Amino acid sequence: EVLLGITGKDFVLTASDDTCARGIVVQKRGEDKSRALNKNNLMLFTGEAGDTTQFAEYIQCNTQLYRIRNGMDLSTRAVSSYVRKELATSLRSRHPYTVNLLIGGVDPKTGTPELYWLDYLSSCVKLNYAAHGYASYFCMSTMDRYWKPELSVEEAISLLKKCLAELKVRFIGNLPNFVVKITDKDGIREIEI
Amino acid sequence: MSYDRALTVFSPDGHLFQVEYAVEAVRKGTCAVGVRGKNLVVLAVEKKTTLKLQDPRTVRKIALLDDHVCMAFAGLNADARVLINKARIECQSHRLTVEDPVSIEYITRYIAGVQQKYTQSGGVRPFGISTLIIGFDSDKVPKLYQTDPSGIYSAWKANAIGRSSKTVREFLEKHYKEDMSDADSIKLSIKSLLEIVQTGAKNIEVSVMGPDSILRNLTAEEVEKIVTTIEAENAAETAAAGPSTSSA
Repeated sequence: EVLLGITGKDFVLTASDDTCARGIVVQKRGEDKSRALNKNNLMLFTGEAGDTTQFAEYIQCNTQLYRIRNGMDLSTRAVSSYVRKELATSLRSRHPYTVNLLIGGVDPKTGTPELYWLDYLSSCVKLNYAAHGYASYFCMSTMDRYWKPELSVEEAISLLKKCLAELKVRFIGNLPNFVVKITDKDGIREIEI
Repeated sequence: MSYDRALTVFSPDGHLFQVEYAVEAVRKGTCAVGVRGKNLVVLAVEKKTTLKLQDPRTVRKIALLDDHVCMAFAGLNADARVLINKARIECQSHRLTVEDPVSIEYITRYIAGVQQKYTQSGGVRPFGISTLIIGFDSDKVPKLYQTDPSGIYSAWKANAIGRSSKTVREFLEKHYKEDMSDADSIKLSIKSLLEIVQTGAKNIEVSVMGPDSILRNLTAEEVEKIVTTIEAENAAETAAAGPSTSSA
C-alpha cells in the first residue's frame, strides 16, 4: 500500500493507491484511503485491515466533536499531536492499532501547508514531502532530488507523476490507479492526474 | 417525616419532591421559546442583562449539539453545560457506530434518558434544566422537542420554558397558526418573548434553522428591526381600539 504527500506553496497534494488487497487477491479497486478530518485537514492511512478505518473514523468523529464544542477547527499541528497521543496510548494497550498515517492540512487563514508523517509506533514528524509503504523506498529519493519550496500546483503534480512513474518501473506490485487529492484553504478536492 | 430530602424516596402521595423542586429551579431560569413553522424552526431566548464588565460573547444560551441539531435551555446554566457535553459526545458516537447523523428524536430521547437516570440514582440530584431541542432530520421536516428534569420528552408545535413560561405558552396557544412562513414564525417567537421581556431587543437572542440544517443566529440589528415592527403593529392596534372604548 502506498501513501504519498507533497507540500506546495499554499496546498498539500496527497496520493494513495486505490487497491484493496487480501493476500494475493485484489479485493477492491477504487478504495479511498483517506478521511477528511475537517474542512482543511486530510488524513491518509494504511495498515492492518479494519484497524485503519476504525482508527481513522474515530479520529474524524473526535475532531468533529472538538469543532462542535469549541466553534472552531483544530489546526493541522494540533490534530497531529492529538492523533500521536492516541497512537501512543494504543501502543501500550492490549491490542495496539497497527496504522500508519499521513496528515496533510493548511491553515485556513494563511494557507500555510503542513504535512505530518505518523506511524503505528506513534512517531510523528513534520515533513515537506513524505511517503508510507513501499513508495518510501522508491519515491523519497525522487522527491529529494526534485522538490523545492513554494511549488505550484502544476509543479507538484508533475513531481507526483515522476514518483508514480518510478513505482511503475521499479516496483513489482501493480498499482494502476491512485486517488489524488489537494487540500488548500478552500477545502479538500479530488483531482485527476 | 420529610420526603423531600433524598431523591430516591417517594412521598406517600406519589411525589418525587426533588424532581418537583428541580422544576421550580427551571421556573427561575430565563425564558426560552421555540416555534415550529412550515420550513423553519426558531429558538428565541431571553438574555439576562450583561453586567458592565462581562463579555457578552461568552454567555450563550443556544448551543449547537451537532451540525443539524441545536438546543436552548432554562434553569441552572452549569447543569446545562454538563448535559450539552454529554449530548455532543453522543451525537458523534452515534455517527461513529451507525455512520449516520442522529435524528432529533433520538438525541432528545438520549437527553431525556440521562435526565431520568439522575432521578433514580443514589447520591445525585436531578438536572435543574428543561431543554428545547430543534433541528431537521433527513426527511426535511422541522422538529421541536422539549425535555424536563423528570425525563419526560415530547414534540411540540411551539413551547416556552423558564421564567413566566405559562404566560408565553398561553400567548403562543392563542396566536399559533399551522404552516407559518419563516418570517411569521420568527415574528411570533419574538412577539411571545416580548410579553415578558420588558427591555426589548437587546435582551433577546434568536437562532433559526432551515431545511439546509444550518444554524443561523439573527444579528442584533435584525432582531431590533422585527421588534420595532411588532411595537408599531401593537401601537396601531391600541390606537384603533382606543377611540371605540373611550367613547363612553
